[in-house]
Amino acid sequence: MGFDYSGFAGRRPRVAVHKFSSCDGCQLAFLNAGEALLAVSELVEFVHFAEAGPVDPDAPADIAFIEGSVSTPEERERLDHIRAHTGYLISIGACATSGGLQALRNLYADGVDTWRQAVYASPEYVASLDTATPVAEHVKVDLEIWGCPVNTAQVVGVLHDLLHGVQPTQSRDKVCLECKRQNAVCVMVAKGMPCMGPVTQTGCGAICPRYGRDCYACYGPAETVNTDAQGNRLIELGLQPADVTRRFHFINSHAPAFRAAGNKHRSE
Amino acid sequence: MGKSHRVLASHALDTLLAALRDDGYRCVGPQLRDGAIVFDTLHHAADLPWGWQDEQAPGHYRLQHADPSRAFAWANGPQAIKPLTFAPRETLWESRIEADGRMQFTATLPAEEKVAVIGARACDLAALRLQDQHFLEGAHADPYYAARRRNLFIVAVHCTAPAATCFCASTGDGPLCTAGFDLALHETDEGYLVDAGSEAGTAMIASLSLPAATATRVEQAETAVAAAGERQTRGLPSRNLRDLLFANLDHPQWDDVAARCLSCGNCTAVCPTCFCHAEHDVPLLDANLGRHEREWDSCFTEGHSYLAGIVIRSDTRLRYRQWLTHKLGGWHDQYGRSGCTGCGRCITWCPVGIDLTEEVARIHATGGGHD
Repeated sequence: MGFDYSGFAGRRPRVAVHKFSSCDGCQLAFLNAGEALLAVSELVEFVHFAEAGPVDPDAPADIAFIEGSVSTPEERERLDHIRAHTGYLISIGACATSGGLQALRNLYADGVDTWRQAVYASPEYVASLDTATPVAEHVKVDLEIWGCPVNTAQVVGVLHDLLHGVQPTQSRDKVCLECKRQNAVCVMVAKGMPCMGPVTQTGCGAICPRYGRDCYACYGPAETVNTDAQGNRLIELGLQPADVTRRFHFINSHAPAFRAAGNKHRSE
Repeated sequence: MGKSHRVLASHALDTLLAALRDDGYRCVGPQLRDGAIVFDTLHHAADLPWGWQDEQAPGHYRLQHADPSRAFAWANGPQAIKPLTFAPRETLWESRIEADGRMQFTATLPAEEKVAVIGARACDLAALRLQDQHFLEGAHADPYYAARRRNLFIVAVHCTAPAATCFCASTGDGPLCTAGFDLALHETDEGYLVDAGSEAGTAMIASLSLPAATATRVEQAETAVAAAGERQTRGLPSRNLRDLLFANLDHPQWDDVAARCLSCGNCTAVCPTCFCHAEHDVPLLDANLGRHEREWDSCFTEGHSYLAGIVIRSDTRLRYRQWLTHKLGGWHDQYGRSGCTGCGRCITWCPVGIDLTEEVARIHATGGGHD
C-alpha cells in the first residue's frame, strides 16, 4: 500500500473535508482562503465539505481532511469507513491530531460522566466514548497538520504539494525561531511571561508573541522538546505547579509530551 | 583616525540624521519597543532611548531609567545589524513556466536601499566583519547579502554601559570600536565626539562643519570606554578554544547542558555571527509559478542536520555541542578566529538562561584546559 505521490495526471483530485467532534474552526482555513478558494476549487473537486456546500460523506476521495476528535461510537465507525474510501488522509487541528480540548476528560477516571451531567440539560441523549482521541490512534494517518485552528497557508500548502506529486511535510520547529525571524521581542525574557513557545511547534507565524502575548501551545509539542526544563522555568517565573499543568494541558493534553509534562506538576 | 575627533552637540544629532537622509539614507536606530531596545527606522533623535538602560542576566532583560541626558546608556538589544544585511526571510528566485513550456528563472535581488544604522557596538562590528567573511569572501559571494551590505553606512557608538552578560573585552572585540564603521561616536556629558573610519564618514564629518575636539576630551572619553571593559565580569578562558573543545567531545558537560537546554534556537537567532539558513519552495496555487525562499535556520532544529533521510543530530546534546564547538572551535579553521564577539545575547535571550561562558568554564576546568 502507500500513496502515489506522482500527482493526478491532469485529473482533478476528489477532496473531502470531514467533521468529527470539533468547533468547525479548522474548516474555516479553507473558507478563509478567500479568492484563492476559487483557484483551489478549480484544481480539486470537493466531493464532501458540509461547511462549504457539498454533502456526500460516503463519496470516495483521493484526499480527505478530517477535523475533530473521535469522541462518540458513531465517529469511531465513520472513521473506518472514511479511511477505507480515502487515498491520502490528513488530520487537521488540535482535536484531530491530539484529541483537543475535549480530551481533558481523558485525564479523569469519571470525566465523561461528571461533565456530561454538569454541562447538558438532558445528558441521557448524549452518546460519548470515555475518551476523546486523535484520528491517528484509530486509523493510519498520512499527514497531521497541528494547530488550533490550522490556517490557510497550511492546508493550501499541503494541497499544492499533493497536486504536484510532492510528499507534504510540516515543520515541527519551535515557535521561537519564527518569533526571531519576525523581529518580535521575547516576552519570556523581556517580560517574564510564561511563554510556551520553546516547546510548541511553529506554523502560526508566532502570532501571539508578536502581539505581546505569551504562546499557549495551541500548535502542540514541537520536535525534541525539553518539557522538564520548560516546566522548571515556568516555576521560576512564578507559576504554581497547578498553573504549569494548565499550561501543558490547555489545548493538547492528550499529546504524550504535554500530557506527561502536565501530569508531572499535577496534584490530584 | 583617533586624532581627528569633532564635537557634535547632543541637540545636533538631528542634524546628523538629516545629513544622512539628504545623502539618500534611511536611518535605522535603537528605539524602545515591547520592553526592549530594538533597531527600526529612526525619524527623529528624540525617538532614541534617552534615559534608558538595560538590565541583563541569563534569561533576563529589563529596561530601567537612567541618565536622561544619555541616548546610548545601554549595552544592546536582541538584534542590531544582522537582520539588516542577512534578511530573516527573503525570496531568492522566482520561476514561471512559459506558454511554450520553457521554465524561466528570475533572481529577486533586494532593492538597492541605502541604510544608515546608528548605534552599532564594537561587538556588532566584529560580528559584521565575520558575516562579511562568510557571505562575501568565499568562492561564491552572496549577492543578496552583498546588495544590502554595500548600501550600509554605519554610525557606531562606543560602549560605556556593558551589561552583566557582556564579555567583548575578553574576546578582544570591544568595547572600543576600532574598525568597520563610517562614523564612531563617543557619548559624553558634553555631547558627542565624532570620528571617521571611512572616506564616506570623513566626507560626512566635513559636510557638518564640526569643531575639533580637544585631546583631553578624547582622552576622557576613551578612558570611560576602557573602564567599561574593565567592569565586565564574564569572559572566556582563551580566545582559541578549538583544541580544548574538540578534545572533549565526550565530556559529561554536554549531557548536563542538554538536560537544561530547550533546543529552541534562540541563542543562534540572536547571535550576530550565526549565518545558518534553510531554503524551501513556497506553495503557490498557480502551478506555473514558483518561489524559492530562504530563512534563518538553526543548528538546534532537526531539519538542520537532516541528510538523506537521517537526522544526524537527533538530540539536544549533539545540537548544543555542534553549536559551541563550531562557534568557538570550527570557526578558527574556517574564518581564522572564534565566532564569538562577546555580545552576550545568547546568554540573555536564552529562555532558561544557559550561559556559554559557564559551560565553557566547566569543560575548561575538568577537560584539560590551560590558562
